[in-house]
Amino acid sequence: MKSLAELKAIKEKMKDKVILREGANDVRVVVGMATCGIAAGARPVLNTLVEEVNAGGLSDKVTVSQTGCIGICQFEPVVEVFEAGKEKVTYVKMTPEKAKRVVEEHLKGGKVIGEYTLGGQNL
Amino acid sequence: MKELSLNILDIAENSVKAGASLTEIRIEEDETHLTLVIKDDGCGMSEEVVKSVTDPFYTTRTTRNVGMGIPLLKMEAEITGGSFSITSKSQDEYPNDHGTTVTAVFDKTHIDFTPLGDVSASILTLIQGHPDTDFLFIHKLADRTVTLDTREIREVLEGVPIGSYEIIKWIEGFLDEQYTNQEE
Repeated sequence: MKSLAELKAIKEKMKDKVILREGANDVRVVVGMATCGIAAGARPVLNTLVEEVNAGGLSDKVTVSQTGCIGICQFEPVVEVFEAGKEKVTYVKMTPEKAKRVVEEHLKGGKVIGEYTLGGQNL
Repeated sequence: MKELSLNILDIAENSVKAGASLTEIRIEEDETHLTLVIKDDGCGMSEEVVKSVTDPFYTTRTTRNVGMGIPLLKMEAEITGGSFSITSKSQDEYPNDHGTTVTAVFDKTHIDFTPLGDVSASILTLIQGHPDTDFLFIHKLADRTVTLDTREIREVLEGVPIGSYEIIKWIEGFLDEQYTNQEE
């Protein structure tokens, strides 16, 4: 059974890491988690982003967070990427598979995936 | 919504937005019924606002004039022959005892009952997204009760962020074990 003692051990290991991490993150990935986003499938998209960012060793650089309704409900799930000094990138109609590619190619590789962006949709 | 757990995530987001320091999510199940209670100590609402929140064309949002969260949950409960209620005490009128309680009862045997789905994922999403507020989660099943209180976890963490990946993973395992362990 998982115990609070085990949690304490994790905490001890993390203490130093956390101090290093603070303020180091310069990329913010934000997932819309209002009714529209949740109904469209934002929860697994968010979870995939959290998993992949960590698995890819990007957690010192990238923060994954949540926000409310972004205002383009018909394009949910929506993921926005904010990077200092760069224009915001808005990915729309996201899925866990697309989220994996965004982590790999955009967050790791630095290349925006045009076909997933709002600008890349045939409107 | 495909899963009731997504409604839970959605409604609990309202509590966080209302400035709740503690949001309680309680699910009680027997063979035929599921009762969901989401209770917060947020800013609450006036009587007039409470009356209008079940109207899909009411929202506090400014991006659009439609709020679907509460009406959706109400519809999903009532369609099974269950019930829905929301009560609230606004901070202005009740400075020491304010907040909102949403209660929904579902008939699980009804064909239109939305399955609960992955409720752990919703709880983890709430904690990850709102690491500065507390959640109390109690899920009573026929043979066990699953409990998570972020206040207890926070006490152990002594300042290490509860939303960090390693901690979220531990909480995931903690919930998973409670759901799957065979009781003696």
